[in-house]
Amino acid sequence: MKHAFYYKTEKIVINTLIHLFLISVAVTCLYPLLWMIVSSLKTQDMIFKDISLIPHQFRLENYVQAWKEGGFGRNFFNSIIYTVSVVFGIVIISSMAAYAFSRLKFVGSKFLFIMFMAAMMIPIPGSFVALYVLLNKLHLRNTPIGYILCMINVGLSTSIFLLKTFFDKMPKELEDAARIDGCSKIGIWWHVALPLAKPVLAVVIVLNALTVWNEYILALIIFDNRQFMPLQVALQTFQGEFVTNYPLLMAGLTITALPIILVYLFMQKYIVKGVTQGAVVG
Amino acid sequence: MKIKDTLENYTFILPAVTIFSVFYIIPFIWVFQLGLFDWDGISFTKVFVGLQNFKEVFLQDRNWWQSMWNASYITLIAITLQNILAFMLAWACDREIKMKNFYRVIFFIPPVLSEVVVGMVWRFIINDIDGANIINRTLTGMGFANLAHNWLSDPNTALTTVAIVHCWKGFGWGFLIFLAGLQTIPRELYEAARVDGASAWQSFKKITLPLMIPVMVLVAILTVLGTMQVFVLIVSLVGGEFAGHTSVPVLRILASMRGSSRFGYACAQGITFGMVLVAISFIQYRFSKKGQ
Amino acid sequence: MWFKNVLLGVFVLFSLIGCSGQKLETKPTINIWHWMTDRDPAFQELAKKYEALTGVRVNFELYAPSDAYSQKIRAAAQGTNLPDVFGILGEKRDFASFIRAGHILDITPYMEANNNNWKNNFFPKALAVNEFASGNSYGINPGIFGVPIDIMTIQMVYNKKLFSQLGLNPNRPPKTFQEFLDIGVKIKAAGMQGLVSGWGEVWMIDCLANNYAFNIMGKDKVLATIKGEVPYTDPDWIKVFSIFKQMQESGILAKGLVTMINKSAEQIFANEKAVFAFNGSWCVNVYKGMNPGLEYGAMLPPEASNQYPIAIWGGAGSSFMVNARSKSKEESVKFLTWLTAQDQQAYLAQATNNLPANKDSLTKIPEILAQFARGMDYATHPNVWGVSEFSLVIEAFDRGIQSIIIGEKSPEQVADEVQKIKDREMAKKRAR
Repeated sequence: MKHAFYYKTEKIVINTLIHLFLISVAVTCLYPLLWMIVSSLKTQDMIFKDISLIPHQFRLENYVQAWKEGGFGRNFFNSIIYTVSVVFGIVIISSMAAYAFSRLKFVGSKFLFIMFMAAMMIPIPGSFVALYVLLNKLHLRNTPIGYILCMINVGLSTSIFLLKTFFDKMPKELEDAARIDGCSKIGIWWHVALPLAKPVLAVVIVLNALTVWNEYILALIIFDNRQFMPLQVALQTFQGEFVTNYPLLMAGLTITALPIILVYLFMQKYIVKGVTQGAVVG
Repeated sequence: MKIKDTLENYTFILPAVTIFSVFYIIPFIWVFQLGLFDWDGISFTKVFVGLQNFKEVFLQDRNWWQSMWNASYITLIAITLQNILAFMLAWACDREIKMKNFYRVIFFIPPVLSEVVVGMVWRFIINDIDGANIINRTLTGMGFANLAHNWLSDPNTALTTVAIVHCWKGFGWGFLIFLAGLQTIPRELYEAARVDGASAWQSFKKITLPLMIPVMVLVAILTVLGTMQVFVLIVSLVGGEFAGHTSVPVLRILASMRGSSRFGYACAQGITFGMVLVAISFIQYRFSKKGQ
Repeated sequence: MWFKNVLLGVFVLFSLIGCSGQKLETKPTINIWHWMTDRDPAFQELAKKYEALTGVRVNFELYAPSDAYSQKIRAAAQGTNLPDVFGILGEKRDFASFIRAGHILDITPYMEANNNNWKNNFFPKALAVNEFASGNSYGINPGIFGVPIDIMTIQMVYNKKLFSQLGLNPNRPPKTFQEFLDIGVKIKAAGMQGLVSGWGEVWMIDCLANNYAFNIMGKDKVLATIKGEVPYTDPDWIKVFSIFKQMQESGILAKGLVTMINKSAEQIFANEKAVFAFNGSWCVNVYKGMNPGLEYGAMLPPEASNQYPIAIWGGAGSSFMVNARSKSKEESVKFLTWLTAQDQQAYLAQATNNLPANKDSLTKIPEILAQFARGMDYATHPNVWGVSEFSLVIEAFDRGIQSIIIGEKSPEQVADEVQKIKDREMAKKRAR
């Protein structure tokens, strides 16, 4: 009797503590976002005078202005194209490579993997200039393809690392079953490995989507044509040499943050339990 | 048959290796050999100076090693504070509690925000003259007035404050990866343990921890790599290197490249930086293998 | 199945993007890359006017922020893809490197044509920044290589309302350094904030330190120090370093000064939370946007010595250079001549609250801007001295002053450290 009661109280207390903990962290996460949104609704001179979170002004026209002045339409579209292409490219290329490193035997496997790891660890300063000259020689500078290929490379190492770690942990029975059924290597990769790797793939997608979406310096350097610029470059027009138009900047940043949050919302569904449920049976 | 098999294997890695060779190896070699030259980044002529740049980095550049020390400090705080927090939050969200999805979304907001915004907002929260001074006001309100401090403008606390803000921005990633890892632990194991009479703590120790070790190593390595390269946050929080107190390697490299127009030297610094990162990651990896 | 469709879709998208965007230019076009976000609308207006006037299309492309712009210019220089007209953000030394690499057109002949017609339009100091004099240490043949499109000075401003609150005469800013320090005591007692400036960005510290160096020891000794003839441990330099120590002790400097970027400093001054600011004439436009009702005046940094006049940094604000490899050299020069003519300069000055580079355009500017303009008489600029200090020495110098301000090092210590680095760099130079 007493034991059950004690057990129940303990459970309630623990749950409450956990909730308090979660909520306090959540509040610190929400505050800056709210500040950003509320600031985007103000006028330039009010933004630092009025520090409360409760908006007294609702200048939604800031958003319209930000969109127009920033030339957001075309750039927004560009960013989406780049992000989708790069993420798509990385998912396919890195999962294939990671699967090979993890499950297939071939000469140079270990060496190549170490190369990728080293690349992940060694950042190249001044790589922008090198890439610029390189793309120039390949006649790919100032083209979307050149930019996309560069960005695929940026995320390749980390994605391969993440996926290989996962594939190493994957139970072999499923692959063996598929092989016995006569599945080719590509088939195993496509039908067995990828579906099992959904949670990690979701992480890879979110990680790379964020990187590409927020990238601006490489785009600024290798593109000469306004038509190709991604969103982040357009955003910089609000951060002037001397005058920063804060409300517009905040509006622009909010617009920029939304798609990524949507991607995350969509992807985080895949990081749910029960992914392996039914796999062993079916 | 065997040849076809091997060829098939190579096709898997072909696209990755091709892109990698072109877009990483070639620039890497270019930058690597530039470390041996004295070049201002503009002229078409370079002067070969051999290992002089590297000698200068290792023996004479005190500012460089100070920046490495600062970055290591921030990284240390990240590996401990940030990742412990991320793990605890992931574990909390893994359980059967309400509002799980809500939390999962909220915790990912800091990584989504750009570092410039994060710096701006936190500067606003912490500073008193150009900010709302919220932290000090809260401390005073709770009765700890003597703890109120110029967190960002005091050279002694500036670096730690930056490290904490960085943790705030970064824990979302660890949270995500830990959660993914926790979700792949089959529930049956926990069921079996409960049936066997194990307490929550015991099942955590015997089931969760061992299975999560590879994920923890992964997160640790990624944390180190990402945190050592921090710099945008520092500029937006404390305006720069603060007489060296908040100097970090990337800022030093940028200063060499742009401020002093010493591109070759910047490359030497960059290579040194890369070597250190490789060494640290290698040690981490070995350490984890031993632990298993 | 759907996978193949997705692949196809992506492929189609690719081809669409890849093929678009390459229009053939039939009209003569000038491409100009700039970084001045605030002036882009004004530039676009002027471009339209010019096209209506001459039929030549001028394409202003904005790449901001200025750091990114710099990198883009350098990358383009490596690939020899520079546009027809662009700017170089950096020191004279970098300017010289660009010239040596053959990127910049020597526009001296254009400037001096018709009895110096174009040249005489400008304030001499504006042109001096873009000029290489004979006997300069950069090894460049004497000439003019850039066109200034505005001028600026970096001075101090003070808040008139806060002056009244402190019991000071709002129309009489401090003239001597001692007066300045005395005000600092008053500010500290009143719990207010004194001077704000972007001293997290070290170059602004360099500016003020240099101003006082000129004031305390005169231009010649400063240049001699750069040339290596006078050490930084000289008592006069110690005096310069001590200026900052004295300022810190008197309370005239705002809290957290060393962690401010200039933008934060501007916010603080615009919000009337600081009594003084050390900023450039561009601040007029900034303050107007942040607080149109701000009452403030401009002043020179208070003199610490009456032996030599106080100097301020001033001269060309932004300048444009012509690409020596451009196919539209003549047209570019013609456009720049038009851009710096009286009317266009007056338009730019009004639209963006900047000081024009053209002498005759100084007509209708707001009083506060006129105060800045009057400072031009005292103006100098590192780019006109003909010599550059080693960048590592400058870095140690500025960082040392930051350390003095936060009370970590003494002026003598900093002088020692700076001189050590100077000695090392001089030895390296001699060894080459």
